[in-house]
Amino acid sequence: MPRPGFVLEVDRSTPPSLFWRGENFSLEKLPAGRSRVIYPPEPLPAIKDIDGAIRNALLNPIDQDPLPSLLFPGMKLTICFDDVSLPLPKMRRPDTRQRVIEAVLDMAADAGVEDVHLIAALGLHRRMHEYELRHALGDRIYDAFHPRGMLTQHDAEDPDNLAVIGETPHGEVLEINKRAADSDLVVYVNINSVPMDGGWKSITTGLASYRCLSAHHNGHTLQNTRSLSGHREHSALHQSIWRLGKVLRDHGPKLFQIETTLNTDMFPEQFSFIATREWEWSARERATYLATTKALKRTPIKLARKIFHGMEGPHQMTSIQAGETSAVHEITLEHVYRQQLVPVEGQTDILTMGIPFVCPYNPDGVMNPILVMCMGLGYLFNMYRNKPLVREGGVIIMTHPTYRDFNPVHHPSYIDFFEQVLPDTTDPVVMGQKWEKQFAEDEWFRHLYRTGNAYHGVHPFYAWYWGAHGQQWAGKVIIVGGDPATVRRLGFTPATTMDDAFEIASDVVGRAPTITHLHVPALLVADVS
Amino acid sequence: MGDKRSLTVAQLRRMAKVGDVASSAVQATLKPVRALGFPYRAPTRPKGVVVPEQPSKLGADFDTDWARKAPARAARKVINRGPMQALVQAIASPEVVGLDRLADLKELDPAPAVIFAPNHYSHVDTPLMITSVPEPWRSKLMVAAAADYFFDKKLKGTMAALALNAFPIEREVTTRKSSDQLRKLVDQGWSLVIFPEGGRSPDGWGQEFKGGAAYLAGRTGAPVVPVFIDGTGSIYGKGMKRPKPGKTKVVFGAPLWPEEGENTRRFNSRIEAAVTALGDEALTDFWTARQRAANGTNPKLTGPEFNGWRRQWALAEQRKLGKAGQRRRQNRRWPDLG
Repeated sequence: MPRPGFVLEVDRSTPPSLFWRGENFSLEKLPAGRSRVIYPPEPLPAIKDIDGAIRNALLNPIDQDPLPSLLFPGMKLTICFDDVSLPLPKMRRPDTRQRVIEAVLDMAADAGVEDVHLIAALGLHRRMHEYELRHALGDRIYDAFHPRGMLTQHDAEDPDNLAVIGETPHGEVLEINKRAADSDLVVYVNINSVPMDGGWKSITTGLASYRCLSAHHNGHTLQNTRSLSGHREHSALHQSIWRLGKVLRDHGPKLFQIETTLNTDMFPEQFSFIATREWEWSARERATYLATTKALKRTPIKLARKIFHGMEGPHQMTSIQAGETSAVHEITLEHVYRQQLVPVEGQTDILTMGIPFVCPYNPDGVMNPILVMCMGLGYLFNMYRNKPLVREGGVIIMTHPTYRDFNPVHHPSYIDFFEQVLPDTTDPVVMGQKWEKQFAEDEWFRHLYRTGNAYHGVHPFYAWYWGAHGQQWAGKVIIVGGDPATVRRLGFTPATTMDDAFEIASDVVGRAPTITHLHVPALLVADVS
Repeated sequence: MGDKRSLTVAQLRRMAKVGDVASSAVQATLKPVRALGFPYRAPTRPKGVVVPEQPSKLGADFDTDWARKAPARAARKVINRGPMQALVQAIASPEVVGLDRLADLKELDPAPAVIFAPNHYSHVDTPLMITSVPEPWRSKLMVAAAADYFFDKKLKGTMAALALNAFPIEREVTTRKSSDQLRKLVDQGWSLVIFPEGGRSPDGWGQEFKGGAAYLAGRTGAPVVPVFIDGTGSIYGKGMKRPKPGKTKVVFGAPLWPEEGENTRRFNSRIEAAVTALGDEALTDFWTARQRAANGTNPKLTGPEFNGWRRQWALAEQRKLGKAGQRRRQNRRWPDLG
């Protein structure tokens, strides 16, 4: 029986806590008597008969007819799936998407459907490499569909391949992939790692155009998104997406949403110390930690990245539900919360967090400074329900080397963003008004997005907007171990050690602040009362 | 003349005497040994007693228990991972696909024993399977081998048991004794490779599946994993004098269990259909094979109905689509034109 998550009050006998530092780790001693550590729940057991569960979900959907009854000869079937940003780290083969899509294709073949098209729902993310598509879909599907042009990746900048579905009363235009819009049935295969994903967000962002996305992916909306992981009514982003979802439901193609959740068994056996509570580390885990950290210190950064990004997580499916999008998503959220929710009492003065080597926007790439901000203030800060873990005006301390390093293939526009936009302003609204259009319409960035493996020119803005609420909320953000000049460019304060960081934070929160450490990953959502 | 004869007689007598002396010397030497008698020597048979004939230790009765003991397993591990792997790589260059279909079984603790049911074109199939089956099954894998072919001589049977962990099984009917033995072994976690066709293809096309694998699955409760092997027929097919190196592909399918109330014949048909679909997948792609499987139009492994040259002609066409069509590039010698 997996143990639930819990909050540890740090006392003098508490061992130091584990922090990620990019492609390495450190152990940091937190002050006794006023610190606490939030530990995530242990991984839930995976479904025993996964293929059976998939079949069952397709045959007994929620508020929708069984999938076989929606399939008929001569129809146009489009299957869309989440891209490489999920799950993290990548899961061991076979990937959930492969299993589900093979089951859908089985039924399509039995029904005599011939016109089947698979689309990677990228949104403005980078196109997946062949090896990533093969990993997500399996060699069988790739070899059968890709050579015939029946497996494509969504292109948000292809005017000939986009169709307007309608407009919300708020003036938001829903424009999505034309093939999907013209289909008799669209099946969406999703992996829900965090509560903010899934539901109407799957199609209205994954298959949308830049014009459509910019309606809600902007500084103003994200500053007013006060709950990415909790109540949707407090999230301006989700409000907008749900409005677009209504347009899609009323005027778009017929949809069959398939959502899956995974457990948090994220790291392979050799890295078991990451998920183990420090006082339960065995001699082997202590030795592994020492060997790993010391070896990584001496490892060239490129090799260290290769090792970490090559890691395959043993996480496995804990639930699958299919049918009508809204109804399906509510059940999905229950399963996500069952795995990730930890009740926490009250807010804190200082929130500490280790930033890992990966975030949703750099699989197999570099965690550049903008993504460090996005991961810390956009993702980890937002992993709460009700209210943030840190009080308004409090301090957020992250640990990460924050090197000034970019992947020019994946993140070309991030380089210009760092060099041009950040020296000018770090305010999301100001940069949106002043700079966004120039990046979004840059022909070279557009070309790289459409034909190479680059994120869209506007993507660094979106990554920055993602942290807008956290940026506004925190009184100070400190990065321990980061390159000082780079950290300052982000608008944050550099510190050499954790003690230095506490000293610097005392200017804002006083000499004896309360501290909360978010022990992630594994993922958790703090239910703050 | 008479003198000559008397001389000859004398000589003969002398020779006989020498012979007697020698014989008695030998007898004297052997006497102590003979004195030891039974059980150091074979027992003598009393007159008028009929000794019952010893049951044969060959064929299906060949004892292979020793081949599953630790010393033989250790020796086999060395053989399989050393020379056998190298040999398979050298002559068959296998491409193994579909192992992800076994991921769920592999995750179970302990991973259950499995019956692998591949098609059979060549003697290369057995070492190819042994080196392609993934762990944890590979280290506890037996091969069902034709009792009348592999176990008809003691040395041959011993070599087959040692190197392949071969288990003798009748081609036509799986006897209750064999199946009881196999059930015991499966309960102990031993997986099995069984070629449901019962023997190598005589003409390069497949043969109808016999019910052995389906029957054993029913008796043992082990899942059957259909496997399609492509390309071995043109490497060392039946009747070929020496192997001709080439490329091969091994496609593993999803495990199958007998359904509630399904008899051996129906389950066998399902296994055959699964291997047929995998064969189609190996030559075309997953989606085409899956669509044809839904319509029941996967090309049959047994080939076209007609006989004679047209059948061979069709075989050549079919081989061009598969791995046999991707022959290794020969080292060409260009003429020296000065």
